[in-house]
Amino acid sequence: MQLTINGQSHQVEIEPDTPLLWVLRDTLGLTGTKYGCGLAQCGACTVLIDGQATRACVTPIESVAGTEIVTIEAITGDAEGRRVVEAWVDHQVPQCGYCQSGQVMAATALLKQTPQPTEEDIAAAMINLCRCGTYNAIASAVRQAAKV
Amino acid sequence: MNDMSPIKASQNSDRETGLLNLSRRRFLGVSAGALVLGVALPSGAGRALAQAAAPAIEAGTRVNAYIEIRPDSSVLFRSAFIEGGQGIFTAMAQIVGEELDVDPARFVVEAAPPGPDYLLIGGFRFTGGSMSVRMSYEKMRKLGASARLMVLQAAAARMNVPVSELTTEPGRVLHAASGRALSYGELAQQAAALAVPADAPLRAKSDFRWIGKPLARLDVRDKSTGKAQYAIDLRVDGMLHAAVQHARHLGAEPQAITNEAQVLAMPGVHSVHRLPGAVGVVADSWWRARRAAESLQVTWTAAAQGTKGAMPEDYSTERHRDGLKAMTGDGLEAEVSGDATKALAGAKTVIEATYDAPHLAHAQLEPPSALARWNEDGTLELWAPNQAPEMFQAAAAKVAGIDPSKVIIHSPLLGGFFGRHFLYASANPFPQAILLSKAVGKPIKLVWSREEEFLRDALRPMAVARFRAGLDEKGMPVALSAVAVGEGATGRWFGRQPDKVDSSAVEGIVEKLYAIPNRRVGHIHVDDPAVIGFWRSVGHSMNDFFYETFFDEMADAGKQDPYELRHRLLSESPRQQTLLEAVADLSGGWRRGPYQADDGTRRARGVAMASPFGSEVATIAEVSLRGEEAVVHQVWVAVDPGSIVNPAIVEAQINSAVAIGLSIALMEEVVYEEGVPRARNYDGYPILPPDRMPKVHVRIIESGAPMGGIGEPGVPGVPPAVVNALAVLTGKRVRSLPLSRASLTGSI
Repeated sequence: MQLTINGQSHQVEIEPDTPLLWVLRDTLGLTGTKYGCGLAQCGACTVLIDGQATRACVTPIESVAGTEIVTIEAITGDAEGRRVVEAWVDHQVPQCGYCQSGQVMAATALLKQTPQPTEEDIAAAMINLCRCGTYNAIASAVRQAAKV
Repeated sequence: MNDMSPIKASQNSDRETGLLNLSRRRFLGVSAGALVLGVALPSGAGRALAQAAAPAIEAGTRVNAYIEIRPDSSVLFRSAFIEGGQGIFTAMAQIVGEELDVDPARFVVEAAPPGPDYLLIGGFRFTGGSMSVRMSYEKMRKLGASARLMVLQAAAARMNVPVSELTTEPGRVLHAASGRALSYGELAQQAAALAVPADAPLRAKSDFRWIGKPLARLDVRDKSTGKAQYAIDLRVDGMLHAAVQHARHLGAEPQAITNEAQVLAMPGVHSVHRLPGAVGVVADSWWRARRAAESLQVTWTAAAQGTKGAMPEDYSTERHRDGLKAMTGDGLEAEVSGDATKALAGAKTVIEATYDAPHLAHAQLEPPSALARWNEDGTLELWAPNQAPEMFQAAAAKVAGIDPSKVIIHSPLLGGFFGRHFLYASANPFPQAILLSKAVGKPIKLVWSREEEFLRDALRPMAVARFRAGLDEKGMPVALSAVAVGEGATGRWFGRQPDKVDSSAVEGIVEKLYAIPNRRVGHIHVDDPAVIGFWRSVGHSMNDFFYETFFDEMADAGKQDPYELRHRLLSESPRQQTLLEAVADLSGGWRRGPYQADDGTRRARGVAMASPFGSEVATIAEVSLRGEEAVVHQVWVAVDPGSIVNPAIVEAQINSAVAIGLSIALMEEVVYEEGVPRARNYDGYPILPPDRMPKVHVRIIESGAPMGGIGEPGVPGVPPAVVNALAVLTGKRVRSLPLSRASLTGSI
């Protein structure tokens, strides 16, 4: 199966119902995308599929052939992604950091679709779990990144 | 599979002897520098560690064990403490950099390997108990100062001038008289060869540039771009992946696998293994291993009746709670002052209440994993999330059947810990990884699925507390009697003495500072059938909820405002009274409510005090009701840790503590039915989501008292502050957490 990840084409020979997360992590060594729950509960595995925030842990690879997949590894190659990362650094968002790849991807997807998000837009888009409770810092960082 | 047997033996013996008879709670209130511990060490593993703990090397003094100045004058620093989000790597760089005279931003920090140089916690080493900075602060300053002096001595030799003519600026040595300068990098090799000086001068506190400042964390950019690597992300050449299926009931052993041949034929599957209490599958990717492990049809042999540590097949948390509540008597004396019995008998009013709190899961986002590799030289290399490298090294050596010196432990960044990564027999995946790696002759990375993690986590213990209070005719408390019921994590893992109270079971109920003249606190030990462990703020996580919420019941019974009563009863404790005033001030002045907020919601506030881990904390929460759901709008926290290293990290840790404290107040509980946990993922065990996070306001007060902890102290005040506010709104007392189980209707 042919997958386009971070602008590169990869030929992957594995069961077509394998979740994208494990192809990224184990087959391609892209471990920036995290495994947290495997059930689309926590959002640690969030990637962009054609610009949409998607939970890779429940996304079979057969459903994403022909799409543009972007992972955290390519985040600074993306204009919105760069703004989000700088805002994350400015607001010193991460603590343990394990959920933050997914948080950054979710914020990037939000800004791609809604460049000027309202508080409600932010609340609706930023639903990934963070056990360290960095939620206030995340919201502040998203607000900053939204101000071009 | 005979080589699988040692693990069971080691688990049992560890459990029986206690791996290490060191109570981290015994450090409470002990200032840094007073590191002498009188602990009785058990036989076996404990004795081996005792020998390791009494080295000829004085921990925290040998510069080269910690500091490597690189040619570009940046510093590679080996931290005795593990980074898991609490910011310790940055704090270490600030402390050492301040004295070494190197900008902390030029530090690269990694976790140190096992070794006597790093046993900074009273001759031991672990990252926990909110102890890292306060127990090492003076030593790390001296270490940095010694390193700077060594660089100066090297420069003096090179320039052929006395040290007294030299000064430093960040990363450089200057000789003002000649205008010459040398970079630290140029002097590093020569400096490292020198003896560590005994008398390096420390920088005056008034000259601090980095200690006490809100410096940026060193790890933020890597953690914002996916570059930070956790144990679960690691890979070595030739590695295979493994997944396990555990026995539903701890103590059961795999008997027969009825579909082994079919599973072996699944794509990518390398082999199937029987492990103590589990079956494992090795495959070429984790997803394939996991799918295969879950497909295994296994019959299990139940543990024999009475097997120590085995989970009873009829265990239910509800029945356990009923049992704790049914315990009568006063228990072992934990604290006594005056004569509570007599004062209660003579009181004008007596009130009583029984509180309870459930088991909790750590629910850290990174599922546990371990990567094991047997090297050709006979060493075993292990990458595993851990808060105590030497203890893991000793335990891994027992599993592997080799000497601890042959076990190389790597301690990666932790994807959250909160007490999860101590050594808990049956709750760590590394023994399975070692055995699987040995069986297949290849490196193995084992990851526990979220479901296996929720099955085998070491839980915050369940607890009950019974209170009686006596009030005089003016409504002032004259007597307080409390009996805590349950089991403490310290006793479970470090050896409980039947005639002594486990401090981790009563902390938060004892050593309260309110001037109530007659007090007695007792403890009744009841074995918790679940595997229990340390959970962020340990006994304080439930006991401060019990005590501080009952405190408001006393205030209400005596028709006193709960803030004013606290203030009055702290008149002999100026540090705490000041802190209480500070949190009231931070919140715009104390107002209990109920009152109507600008958005039309009806709100109330609750207050709570706590004295955890050497720090003092005052908390106010503002709450309203939306239907039957508690909405927490704002939380104000005033914290006095004595003195601090990084206010930005302190504030982040308080935010984090508020989140987890609110999470356990609102929604967390582990429920067992028929010996198994009902929830195996976040869908059944919800943790605080973003839309329930309150605004958090923090005020840090540096009173100059001995340095206290930061990582845990913000947690205990949150549940009682929230529940006290709710009582104002509903007119009813909730005495059992989480609130999701309570009926919050009946608003007055």
